Amino acid sequence: MTDTQASGWDVERARLTVDALARLPGALLPILHALQDEFGYVDDAAIPLITDALNLSRAEVIGVLHFYHDFRTTPSGRHTLQLCRAEACQSMGADALVQHVEERLGVAMGETTEDGAVTLRDVYCLGNCALSPAVMLDGRLHGRVTSERIDAILAAAVETTVEAPAGSPR
Amino acid sequence: MTTRAYVPRDASARSVGADDVAVRIAAEAHARGLDVTIVRNGSRGMIWLEPLVEVETIAGRVGFGHVAPEEIPALLDAGMLEGRGERRLGLVENIPYFAKQQRLTFARCGVIDPLSLDDYLAHGGYAGLTRALGMTGDEIVTEVTESGLRGRGGAGFPTGIKWRTVLGAPTAQMEAGQKYIVCNADEGDSGTFADRMLIEGDPFTLIEGMTIAGIAVGATQGYVYLRSEYPDAFRTLTEAVAIARERGYLGTSVAGSAHTFDLAVRLGAGAYICGEETALLESLEGKKGVIRPRPPLPAISGLFGKPTVVNNVLSLATVPVILERGAAHYQSFGMGRSRGTQPVQLAGNVKRGGLIELAFGVTLREVVEGFGGGTATGRPMRAVQVGGPLGAYFPTSMLDTPLDYEAMAAASGLLGHGGMVVFDDTVDLARQARFAMAFCAVESCGKCTPCRIGSTRGVEVIDRIIAGENRTANLELLDDLTTLMTGASLCALGGLTPIPVRSALQHFPEDFSRTIVPTVTA
Ligand SMILES: Cc1cc2nc3c(=O)[nH]c(=O)nc-3n(C[C@H](O)[C@H](O)[C@H](O)COP(=O)(O)O)c2cc1C
Ligand code: SF4
Ligand code: FES
Repeated sequence: MTDTQASGWDVERARLTVDALARLPGALLPILHALQDEFGYVDDAAIPLITDALNLSRAEVIGVLHFYHDFRTTPSGRHTLQLCRAEACQSMGADALVQHVEERLGVAMGETTEDGAVTLRDVYCLGNCALSPAVMLDGRLHGRVTSERIDAILAAAVETTVEAPAGSPR
Repeated sequence: MTTRAYVPRDASARSVGADDVAVRIAAEAHARGLDVTIVRNGSRGMIWLEPLVEVETIAGRVGFGHVAPEEIPALLDAGMLEGRGERRLGLVENIPYFAKQQRLTFARCGVIDPLSLDDYLAHGGYAGLTRALGMTGDEIVTEVTESGLRGRGGAGFPTGIKWRTVLGAPTAQMEAGQKYIVCNADEGDSGTFADRMLIEGDPFTLIEGMTIAGIAVGATQGYVYLRSEYPDAFRTLTEAVAIARERGYLGTSVAGSAHTFDLAVRLGAGAYICGEETALLESLEGKKGVIRPRPPLPAISGLFGKPTVVNNVLSLATVPVILERGAAHYQSFGMGRSRGTQPVQLAGNVKRGGLIELAFGVTLREVVEGFGGGTATGRPMRAVQVGGPLGAYFPTSMLDTPLDYEAMAAASGLLGHGGMVVFDDTVDLARQARFAMAFCAVESCGKCTPCRIGSTRGVEVIDRIIAGENRTANLELLDDLTTLMTGASLCALGGLTPIPVRSALQHFPEDFSRTIVPTVTA
């Protein structure tokens, strides 16, 4: 669900994760979420584990993986910053905030900084519309965000969590 | 004697520092040898005041708004813990913004500790279920029907009628319990946050409402499909479900009765279309969120092909108060065919944004001006979008429209999930119309052409209009395109995207005919 990026891919851990959830009715989304929480993305090598456990075709799993905006198939940065682009935040200057962040980090929305520290992602509403503009950093919500505040929030995060432990909780 | 101080755990409150405030109050009190218990309540909905700290006094709970952690020592010096000081807002329940509301669905939100079942019980929690346990399924459904409750997720379909279909759905050849209650907590509409606030501030109300629904129609399993953008709500709800189960309110023998009902919480994955109920069911089954053709209705063939009630969070969370106080009580609020209350979410460029639960019938003006106090930027208000991304943009001249399903439709708009987003005079409605089309293009499930292709064309056409290319021809083309999308889309994403576009064209034509400032390269 959120995005503190975790450590490297490990097929045995992935198998445990898949098997633990495989018996749930409609298990595919819970499994993809769990894999992404654990590894930061869903590795291609996880797909055979899923097709075996759920008796699905590779095409079915890949179809689902690509349908949902949340799921990623490549690792993202150590931190993920989601900036709300929806109407309430637009009305309070979200576009200018996005531009500020893109310039500050030197990457565009959807990209990861060269040092792998931060990935920027669009989001359409974080439910904080009365305190627009809103952003979410690694699952933590911030409201009434100004350029100064976003700089401070990013600086604090990049400084304190250089080594995020594997599968760290949100 | 211990003093109780309330610091919300609501995600909005936390987004502006409530956690630091709570920590700081505890630390300062400890350093001063004061006995303070900190309760992490939900939000009262006066979100512009967050972090809103409340201190319990003999007279009631006294509020302090916009509290910053570094101010705590000075506030304590000034007598905050006795409810004194310059920053005192008075009794929270007397603040006009709050006092003028009719809180039914949100009666406990912000008042109690959301994860204390005892607090919940002490504030009327499970009184609705207790009454329901003495009724037949048919009687419960009748009560909900007579309350006039209509679905709060957007379509406004009468909840009791939907339940009646599921109650009557044949189960003869099916294994026991094969009906489902599905709570739509996808809350995809931008500008809305009532579902989130309710789940974070009073989760047992939702659990109770789903339990009553299960007992009414004969379903033993419920699912809450919660959007992944709400990690706080996920944690709170998951914890509340575990508590309810442990205390015998979920599981076999609900509250000591012969009924079984249990719940699971599932996360969405960032697809707006999964708020549409059939796409949601596909997603719960582990598939792509693609619209299902109707018929069959989900009430007949829903989750895993079984009869399923799909209701919004607010619809289900309103059921307990209807059962507790009776259909006639709920029905006595509202106007025309819109009965009861609507939790309005006031957001965007507004001074006092928040959740305002009001009987149907108030005007948009009373909300955006009376409660909202005008724009946050102090500039003139120019537009209000009502009902989320598929809702109309209204000019200020239409603010006397009442809040009511039928009145909104008559004004070529919709109430949706009750969101209102305010814009000042810097807004460009041509860009907002373009955004509506672009959003539809990104979120389209791809099943039908008018939506999938039409929205992409829509963006291109609006771009040409903005650029001043063949305006007359392109405006005509846009009109044709929106007519096609309205008439030929399979679901309301493609079918309603024309609403924001057309309202922008109709009420703000000047934004589509701006003189183009020539740029350097032609
Ligand atoms: C594109 C689209 C998005 C929707 N999103 C939501 C949503 O986020 N939450 C919701 O409760 N209903 C949403 N709905 C409405 C649901 O399809 C359905 O009407 C609702 O869940 C029924 O519950 P109710 O009768 O209690 O409102 C959406 C509909 C459409 C067409
Ligand atoms: S209107 Fe759009 S979202 Fe709805 S079924 Fe058609 S393509 Fe899918
Ligand atoms: S519109 Fe940005 S948080 Fe809702």
